Amino acid sequence: MFGDYTLSQLGSIFVMQGFAGLILFSVYVLMALGLAIIFGQMGVINMAHGEFMILGAYVTYLTASFVQSHLPALFSVYFFVAMALAFVASGALGMLTEWALIRHLYRRPLDTLLATWGLSLILQQAFRSIFGAREVGVELPQWMLGSLPITDTIEVPINGIFVMGLTVLITVAVAYIIFRSRWGRQVRAVVQNRVMAGAVGINTERVDRLTFGLGCGIAGVAGSAFTMVGSTGPTSGQLYIVDTFLVVVFGGAASLLGTIASAFSISQTQSTLEFFMSGSMAKVITLLTIVAILMLRPQGLFALKVRK
Amino acid sequence: MIENTRFASRSELVGIAALALLLVVVLPLTLDVFRLNLVGKYLTYAFVALGLVLCWGYGGILSLGQGVFFGLGGYCMAMFLKLEASSPENTKIQSTPGIPDFMDWNQITELPLFWQPFHSLTFTIAAIILVPGVFAFIIGAAMFKRRVGGTYFAIITQAIAAILTILIVGQQGYTGGINGMTDLRTLKGWDIRPDHAKVVLYFVCVACLFGCIFVAQLIRHSKLGRILVAMRDKEDRVRFSGYSVANFKIFAFCVAAVFAAIGGAMFALQVGFMSPSFVGIVPSIEMVIYAAVGGRLSILGAVYGTLLVNFAKTSFSESFPELWLFGLGGLFIAVVLAFPNGVAGLWSDYVQPRLVRLVTPRKAGWSAPNAVAEGAPAE
Repeated sequence: MFGDYTLSQLGSIFVMQGFAGLILFSVYVLMALGLAIIFGQMGVINMAHGEFMILGAYVTYLTASFVQSHLPALFSVYFFVAMALAFVASGALGMLTEWALIRHLYRRPLDTLLATWGLSLILQQAFRSIFGAREVGVELPQWMLGSLPITDTIEVPINGIFVMGLTVLITVAVAYIIFRSRWGRQVRAVVQNRVMAGAVGINTERVDRLTFGLGCGIAGVAGSAFTMVGSTGPTSGQLYIVDTFLVVVFGGAASLLGTIASAFSISQTQSTLEFFMSGSMAKVITLLTIVAILMLRPQGLFALKVRK
Repeated sequence: MIENTRFASRSELVGIAALALLLVVVLPLTLDVFRLNLVGKYLTYAFVALGLVLCWGYGGILSLGQGVFFGLGGYCMAMFLKLEASSPENTKIQSTPGIPDFMDWNQITELPLFWQPFHSLTFTIAAIILVPGVFAFIIGAAMFKRRVGGTYFAIITQAIAAILTILIVGQQGYTGGINGMTDLRTLKGWDIRPDHAKVVLYFVCVACLFGCIFVAQLIRHSKLGRILVAMRDKEDRVRFSGYSVANFKIFAFCVAAVFAAIGGAMFALQVGFMSPSFVGIVPSIEMVIYAAVGGRLSILGAVYGTLLVNFAKTSFSESFPELWLFGLGGLFIAVVLAFPNGVAGLWSDYVQPRLVRLVTPRKAGWSAPNAVAEGAPAE
């Protein structure tokens, strides 16, 4: 399969595919971060995570249309407003969900899974009723279009670089919140020992609600970023949910570093394979490898050792 | 409540008789062939729900990949039927006669090796049981021996469902791709498409279903069934008592897989095609809701739950297609939050005590009215 290309062409192919993989990596990381917080820290399986992401994407779409028609002067920076709005919308819906649904089910993780699946169906249909079944795309401001030539055979798209920068920023922010802030310490305390955390005066219910809200809010931001590299339809979220869960599980549920490492290896494998075979086979081989590795090492790449 | 060594207690026998009455007498007499065929199609999902009651309700193992086994069984059956439908005489116009039409469209000129044995019906029937059974054994052994369970297992099975769907869709030359295997015609020369064949197949399906119900009841009332329940509730205590928890889980998972596969094979026979849309994540999770609505602890409830949800789905999507997903989503939430034991739970909590009160003063223990009433919810 390498025969037809010269060495320098092969080098360029790997760089370009590697960069395509990096964009995929960014989307995975953004989606998986929210999930890693919810699943990894709280142990809750949120099957509606993809829909929270799509909510963020639709909020971005609405903001873009609004700015375009009413405030065209600000169009080049609308994206930052849209992202904040997406975070707030998804986060608020997440907190509402936690209050109405999840908090009754902390002792029954499998039932949470079914209930959130039900929620995802409802949200999907709601999106379809409101925005129509067709996929919508967001118009990007001028400065994000085009690509940056690096050598004469290698060039990288600007929106990809932007999404990657965004990913780094959000990851650092999440890591700071979880591992450095006072609130993050409370979250980790509740995760490790709920009863003791309550006994030392942490309001565990409030922590749960905010954690869930934060996870969903990050999903909203992920959706917002997603609009820059792809179009959004009512069922787009479902396409990514399995991949994202695998990313989180493969990385080791409670480990942020593991999530990033696994998102990186999965996306790189997939996009490199994609060049040499059909997209579906690349995906099959990638997923099969992950499942096989998980069968041999169920705790994932980076396991947190916790005494139970 | 549970009596030892018998396959069903007295009230369960009445329930089974009522279900038999409904499926064998009432429905065939009252419905036209089209609707009866539809019920037959729903009943094939009931096999999956039955398996889920055993492995989820009793064993505590939630598999979100039952569609995989439904699909494997269905595809095995469909491969046999497809080979028979594409005899050299039927496929004269193709560039390579004698191979299935979709292979011809994909420039495949020779029947692939793994298709060859499906010329034999005996092999096909063995494959319907063995392929999913062995596959489930491999998955189960890999997962349960390492004490992976609960939500992890659910996610992995879901991933497997996704993989199989992508594989089937991607390899269209070998599997028929997204359209699946269509245009299945005869079984050993016997045409499966006309009305009378559909009625016969319906009864075959009902017979298989009762076979599976019988097996499920046997398992439930044996010592094995009680170990499953014990395992679900306090896994460590069962392990410390010297039982191999993993092996019991593997067994329950394999039984569920084989049930689902039989359902899939009956589906291919009755509906006349098989496609990847019954394999993936969405159908797999939908099959879980059948068991949940029926009551995850009730074997007969699984059948009623499947019928109820599917009737609702058909009538809703005929009249208000956009409302159905709201309804289904609401059903998932309601069944989890409000009545976790499903229809069977409602029945035993509210209906049965009143019926018993109604019946006892007249003639103690005689429960024929019970039976008629039990048939009612599925109508």
